[in-house]
Amino acid sequence: MDASRRLDGNAAAGLLREIFCWEMTSAAVTCGNCGATNAVGALIIYASPMGTVLRCPACEQPLVRVVRTSNDYWLDISGARCIQVTPDTAAT
Amino acid sequence: MSQPMVSRGFRGRQRSVEANLPPGQYLTNDFPVLSAGPTPRTQLAKWDFTIVGTTLVQPKRWTWDEFQALPRVTIQADIHCVTRWSKLGTRWEGVALDTLLARVQHQARFVIAYCDGGYSTNLPLNEVLGGKAWVVDSYEGAPLAPEHGGPARLLVPHRYFWKSTKWVRGLELSVDDRPGFWESLGYHNDGDPWREQRYQGD
Repeated sequence: MDASRRLDGNAAAGLLREIFCWEMTSAAVTCGNCGATNAVGALIIYASPMGTVLRCPACEQPLVRVVRTSNDYWLDISGARCIQVTPDTAAT
Repeated sequence: MSQPMVSRGFRGRQRSVEANLPPGQYLTNDFPVLSAGPTPRTQLAKWDFTIVGTTLVQPKRWTWDEFQALPRVTIQADIHCVTRWSKLGTRWEGVALDTLLARVQHQARFVIAYCDGGYSTNLPLNEVLGGKAWVVDSYEGAPLAPEHGGPARLLVPHRYFWKSTKWVRGLELSVDDRPGFWESLGYHNDGDPWREQRYQGD
């Protein structure tokens, strides 16, 4: 029985939208380990009941880690060297 | 464990009548697998277990065969996951941290277990000594499966089960406490299920 789900990055769209005010699946993330740049939607998502981990599809380094506790979101982006976000044109 | 008698249709407060469970936990007979990444599959020929630390007089390393030759114990323990499932009477076999740590000289107060896959967890030394923590490689009489942390995982049953970190490869002995993979991301530093220390601030 595996309580976790291995998904593609688009599965994290709703979770990231709860934190960021932009649509995040097209944001470009550069891996701090191997330097590969991929859209969030192309990352590998491990959706565990303990938290969600977005990993680099090239080297599997954790790029973004998110835990929702009783009152807060905890967000660790230390595995990403850079995140490039284009604001939604509809919101401007 | 015998199930308490409940009348058909009465489901309210079921958790509170299940004996031996910490607050907020429910009983399961499954063994759920929680994955935050791919399952490491380290070959035994390449596996080793190390104890390191700046205060160590001499670091220590065991190969798989050397680890198997250490004094072993059988442990029966209830385990409690922070995601609220508990499993009672699980049986493990492995080596006590007392046995491992007796073989090094150090001045540390904390232990940080490090693992394949980049995971880690932190514990005070006094929470892992005195027959409270083990490195286990057998579950219910069989070699520990990779999805459950094999070839070897930490077992610290008096803490939430994330601190029984999978795929353990060694211990860093430290003068200072340093939060591990989940402790640095909102989970409680101590994780005592009986005090329901799930998240920081609990």
